[in-house]
Amino acid sequence: MILRFFWIFGVIAMGSALLCITRKNPVSSALWLVVTLFALAALFVLLDAQFIAVLQVLVYAGAIMVLFLFVIMLLNLGRPGPSDIKGPLGLSVAVVLGAALLFLLQPLTRTTLPSAITLPPGSVLALQEQQGIVGSVANPLFGAYLIPFEIASVLLLAAIVGAVVLAKRKL
Amino acid sequence: MLLGTALAFSAVLFTLGVFGVLIRRNVIVIFMCVELMLNAVNLAFVAFARMHGNLSGQVIAFFVMVVAAAEVVVGLAILMAIFRTRKSASVDDANLLKY
Repeated sequence: MILRFFWIFGVIAMGSALLCITRKNPVSSALWLVVTLFALAALFVLLDAQFIAVLQVLVYAGAIMVLFLFVIMLLNLGRPGPSDIKGPLGLSVAVVLGAALLFLLQPLTRTTLPSAITLPPGSVLALQEQQGIVGSVANPLFGAYLIPFEIASVLLLAAIVGAVVLAKRKL
Repeated sequence: MLLGTALAFSAVLFTLGVFGVLIRRNVIVIFMCVELMLNAVNLAFVAFARMHGNLSGQVIAFFVMVVAAAEVVVGLAILMAIFRTRKSASVDDANLLKY
């Protein structure tokens, strides 16, 4: 049952990703990407990562895509014009490189984890039962990953300052 | 079973992202394709977290989202700065390291 839903949302994600990269208008590309992000959020829920799924909808489908649409409209890129998709030569090079990448990534699908490094199945659910869905992610985040977390906050501050410096005409 | 399917989806989405970067000239769409690649990697992280039975993979996915947000903010600011001087969002027009 889970596997069937997994396939449904996976096919939605891949189909809308394909539409996203082939639409001529950047606005429709952005809206198809929103569909992909929502389908990925559904996949995260099916993989027992509800907290990440909520963050995906809030941060990606909410904040980041609004930023994209805002810039598209600010720069007036949505108007009709010549297509920006490359010609036959660029397209064929891209197809060859994409097929090569897919061929290289294909052994990944046969991955099996050695039983020595995995916990028994259902241990994620047991952990979430015990500590709560947010708590089970927050515990490692504020414990083992505390220093990366602080560095991430400095990174966000640097990004804010950098965006103001770059986008402002005159400081 | 679920792990193999999730990694297959992840690989296909990553390839679609790379493909998009290679075939498009519009900087905004190229940025979106980069986001697609980051999301594909997140899917692999979350799938491995579930199969390993510990949640470090989800924590890493959280960090990937933070870095993606920072990357988009700075990238779009650079795009606006370039657009102001060149009046174009095509990567072919941004071929000089100055102005």
